[in-house]
Amino acid sequence: MSDEANKGLLSPLRRKLLMGMAAVPAITMLPRASFAQAPATSAVNTTGLAVTDTEVTVGILHSATGTMAISETGSIEAEKLAIEQINAMGGVLGRKIKFIQEDGASDWPTFAEKAKKLLVNDKVAAIMGCWTSASRKAVLPVMEQYNGMLYYPTFYEGLEQSKNVIYTGQEATQQILAGLNWIAKEKGAKSFFFIGSDYIWPRTSNKIARKHVENVLKGKVVGEEYYPLGNTQFNSVINKIKLTKPDVIFTDVVGGSNVAFYKQLKAAGIDLSKQALLTISVTEDEIDGIGGENIAGAYACMKYFQSLDNPNNKSFVPAFKKMWGEKTVIGDVTQAAYLGPWLWKLTVEKAGSFDIDKIAAASPGIEFKGAPEGYVRIHENHHLWSKTRVGRAKLDGQFELIYETADLVEPDPFPKGYQ
Amino acid sequence: MVINSRFFNRSELMGFLVLAAVLFVILPLSLDVFRLNLVAKYLTYAFVALGLVLCWGYGGILSLGQGVFFGLGGYCMAMFLKLEASSVENTKIQSTPGIPDFMDWNQITSLPLFWQPFHSLTFTILAIILVPGIFALIIGTAMFKRRVGGTYFAIITQAVAAILTILIVGQQGYTGGINGMTDLRTLKGWDIRPDHAKVILYFVEVVLLFACIGIAQFIRLTKLGRILVAMREQEDRVRFSGYSVANFKIFAFCMAAVFAAIGGAMFALNVGFMSPSFVGIVPSIEMVIYTAVGGRMSIFGAIWGAILVNFAKTSLSESFPQLWLFGLGALFIAVVLAFPNGLSGLWADYVQPRIDRLFASRKKPGWSDNSVADGAPAE
Repeated sequence: MSDEANKGLLSPLRRKLLMGMAAVPAITMLPRASFAQAPATSAVNTTGLAVTDTEVTVGILHSATGTMAISETGSIEAEKLAIEQINAMGGVLGRKIKFIQEDGASDWPTFAEKAKKLLVNDKVAAIMGCWTSASRKAVLPVMEQYNGMLYYPTFYEGLEQSKNVIYTGQEATQQILAGLNWIAKEKGAKSFFFIGSDYIWPRTSNKIARKHVENVLKGKVVGEEYYPLGNTQFNSVINKIKLTKPDVIFTDVVGGSNVAFYKQLKAAGIDLSKQALLTISVTEDEIDGIGGENIAGAYACMKYFQSLDNPNNKSFVPAFKKMWGEKTVIGDVTQAAYLGPWLWKLTVEKAGSFDIDKIAAASPGIEFKGAPEGYVRIHENHHLWSKTRVGRAKLDGQFELIYETADLVEPDPFPKGYQ
Repeated sequence: MVINSRFFNRSELMGFLVLAAVLFVILPLSLDVFRLNLVAKYLTYAFVALGLVLCWGYGGILSLGQGVFFGLGGYCMAMFLKLEASSVENTKIQSTPGIPDFMDWNQITSLPLFWQPFHSLTFTILAIILVPGIFALIIGTAMFKRRVGGTYFAIITQAVAAILTILIVGQQGYTGGINGMTDLRTLKGWDIRPDHAKVILYFVEVVLLFACIGIAQFIRLTKLGRILVAMREQEDRVRFSGYSVANFKIFAFCMAAVFAAIGGAMFALNVGFMSPSFVGIVPSIEMVIYTAVGGRMSIFGAIWGAILVNFAKTSLSESFPQLWLFGLGALFIAVVLAFPNGLSGLWADYVQPRIDRLFASRKKPGWSDNSVADGAPAE
């Protein structure tokens, strides 16, 4: 152990020396220069990861089959795009990224099994993967036991922090609070009705939202209802909404249930251009299934919309469409998944090593200026500083940006006063 | 050997020896710990398949809800392990330290009453056997005493599986919900996660599996086993002969439930995980498929079915992450269409006669005991 640690301490120095020595002949001998850019494998990989002189292997672990495939496909595509772009730029520490894709099959134990396979058998240098909280919870003990590095893209409930995970999506307070503040101020909203799918993320998100509404905004929660995943009957809750007439319907219904929910809402005569609805779970991907005409006028609160108008996004969206087809849409999580390989590359280059411990230590403070959502930075708690945005759904299935926070919002996975 | 020759006929003895050699010697020597742990996971389904051979293959009772019992056993074990993993110092980050993490996320502030006894390992082991056993007894009594059988019984077991899943998912403060119980760490202070622990757990599981095989074989050879088969073939005749058909059915169903529960408990130990995705309708049907592919009439066939189908699942999904489910589906259809008795039927029809001929040509003609009726003592 101590030997390895010593080697680890030396390696950035050794790398600098190597590069320095290479710099002089590089002027006259170009081929040598490209060789010198790639530091010796023994120096950058002291723990036996799948790193060779020319290649480094990472894992992609999402559901390509099962009920979650519809959501996770976007993440797979974004990660592959990022890897291809990084390779086109010369790879990471002079090594091309090769990936091994495994299917979590929408089944949490399968995720754990495949994560273990990627770490133990394939010795991948990092895993881009997971989507649902359940799959992350299943994979987390594996990552910690075998000391892997997971880049997790989904907005999630918080209450978690691990040396072995970088959370590239927003945690609950980051996503929700700014949106609630905005709608309270903009719409003068005082009463809220919560509707969610029945599992950990909506429940925790609503708990945070309730505390914020009651303690900070001095408003009232007039109803809180949960439905099983995949539920398609929302008539009773829609009746309750009609009776209680909340200023805002706040929803975190996930997946296919959304299609039924918004259609039934429309059929019941609730007009989203008059009734304010704030969702934290509908991205462009979901609208694909819901249909723009059923949800137009609703507000969504997250950190990325495909329609964002900034130079990074203007090159990201066409590149994504070129690789995966004109018809694909890009939602919040897809963008967050795209950040994973990039953040990993930047971290590895800062650490000068593929070693997990060094990456974990080097992660805080890593900045990615090329993010489609704009600038992001990794916090000490391994979550991202990011802006929160509110968009309004349009008929064509895109969001129109209505509001964004002036500054980056600090990630706070264990929010005081919200538990 | 005298006992063996009475307990197993020659082909069964061979099946026994081959399985023992593979599980005790060949696999541990040839696989790394990760793959061995996967085999341990497959073998947990072999317990279920073994139960289905008794209840479906011999007794003719098709249960599409074995996931319920697998789940009950698994959850009992997982509750014990989760409590041990939720010691006060492990959970000091929570608002209420000392309770499982998912309870804390769901604003539960003290350990629910029905969790309390799971602090005791003895209670847990008893619960693993008794909870599913008694549950099966209740369902079995309610159904078979009213002469509900066949398709209706299968549908009801399926409904039970659906209900239990909804219950577990809905009561997430008490059960962990859809996430299940994750991050199980130690058994009485013994870390179940490192490699050497996985190897030990594997051997414990194989020994348990062989114990269960022994019990199943014993039941098969007694008069009880004969009545089960008779019941499958001609239920009314058995009833008219004065036997209480319902009681025998209840017994077979309870045995299958207990075997499944042992499998579930071993699953929680080996995988360090328990989730409602093993309780529902789909996993329950998958369990029937393993048994059908292996051969529902054959103890060893069903076990091989569970191992091979799960092995195919793993290797197909590793090689073709997008298409593997189609391949697996095709495999099921092909096996069931072409070989209704599963792999063991294939073996009995094509491989066994050749082996017998080989033996027969070496020994004196007429020696073969193959003609002795299935399950009869060899003399």
